[in-house]
This record gives sequence, structure tokens and C-alpha cells, in this order.
Amino acid sequence: MNLRRDVFQAIADPTRRAILLLLTSQSMTAGAIAANFDTARPTVSKHLQILTECELIKQEQQGREIYYHFNPNKMKEIADFIEPFRKTWEDKFNKLEAVMKSYSAKK
Amino acid sequence: MEQKTKINAEEGKQDLVITREFDLPLELLFKAYTEPELIEQWMGTKVIKLENKTHGCYQFETSHNGQIMFKANGSIHAIELNKKIIRTFEMENMPIGVQLEFLDFEKLTDETSKLSIHIIYKSERHRAEQMKLPFAFGLNMAHDRLQEISKQK
Repeated sequence: MNLRRDVFQAIADPTRRAILLLLTSQSMTAGAIAANFDTARPTVSKHLQILTECELIKQEQQGREIYYHFNPNKMKEIADFIEPFRKTWEDKFNKLEAVMKSYSAKK
Repeated sequence: MEQKTKINAEEGKQDLVITREFDLPLELLFKAYTEPELIEQWMGTKVIKLENKTHGCYQFETSHNGQIMFKANGSIHAIELNKKIIRTFEMENMPIGVQLEFLDFEKLTDETSKLSIHIIYKSERHRAEQMKLPFAFGLNMAHDRLQEISKQK
């Protein structure tokens, strides 16, 4: 996998987000996905390649066709990533509350 | 347990909203943001300068063993007692850039209040840098610990 790419870059692009949204409801072939966009087929293929490299989607061979699946586990990683940010604020605000409570008690 | 602090960061946007309900009267919550000694206590940083007035400015600094670890500054665009603060915020030597912050203070009951901070970044990428910070820090900590453990062996 190309290490310059991470999941956050993958979801930074609106077309890729639209592809992910499409795949949440069903598995689709590259052709069926491309039919939803005005962009050229090779552009869609490139997006699919990036999403696959980032493991946000998975390929599966079914007969002669390759189907793309959404990978919810990888999406969870993105949700988990916001948690440390939220936690630092939570800690800061807990401190604020404690400081102000002792301040008002002293008055 | 329900999370008291909520972060709303929509995908593809360059802003985010942080909300928190406090078990504090509105006046005390506002004071926590305007009294230098109190800011120092809960933010754990030294307040070098703080002018609570329209077009005032502020400066924070944290040092550890004589070395400056963290420096931040900004300008206060507007301030209204127990109601709101509009200011800029910038962490020095960081790739996050200047951010615009709208702080809204709201009374819920006599003993409780709510703070909403709406932060606008220069771009979606700048917002991502900011949000990645604690994540990267956590990873570094884990990595350091891993190195410590492997050294002991």
C-alpha cells in the first residue's frame, strides 16, 4: 500500500465520499458505480483504487465480475480518531468545572 | 455514562462545534474565561497578557524546565459579559494556522450553564491537522512506551 495515503485523505474527496455512501446500501461493480457519476470511467477507477488501498472498500470476485464492498471496520477507525480530540476537551472542561467550584466555595 | 462534551465536525467542512454543559452558574463559567489566574489553573498555561475588551489581545505560554513548550495568541474581536466572546486563536509554530472562535455562554438554570464554541479554520485541511493532534500525541505516547518496554528486554 502507498503509505502517503491514509483514510483521512481518502474521505477528503467529495466523489470518494459519494462512492462510500453508495456502497453502504449495496455491493456494486465498478461499472455500476461509475454510472452514478459524470466523471470519466478511469477517474472513478482511480478513486476506487485509492479507497481499496485505504481498506475503506474491499473487492470480491463473483464469477466474471468484481464487486466492491464497504468496510465498516475501517470507518470505525475514523470515528475513533475523533475521540482523543473530544477527550482532551472533556478533560479540560472537567478541570474548569473543578477549579470554578473550589473558587466559588472559597468566596 | 453520557458524554458531557460533544464535538460536531461534519465531513468536508472547515469548521466544528464543541458544546458542553457545566454544573456551574453562568457567571462562574464566564469568569473562567476572563480571569487570568483562573485560566492558568484550568488550562495549565501561563497567561502573559489578556485584555478583555473589543480589539484587545491575549497571549498564553507554557514552559517546562525553562523551555517554552506551548505558545498561543489571538485578538478579541468582541466581548459581551456573560454572553459571548469572539476571538482569533493561533498556536505558534504549528501547521494549524489562525482560527476564528465564537464562544457562546448560555444560562440553563441558576446552577447550570452551557458553552458552545464554534471554530472556523482556514481550510478543511487545517481542521484535520488540529483534530489529528491529540490522536498523534496518543500514538507517540504508545510508541514511546513500546520503545521503553523493548529497551528493558
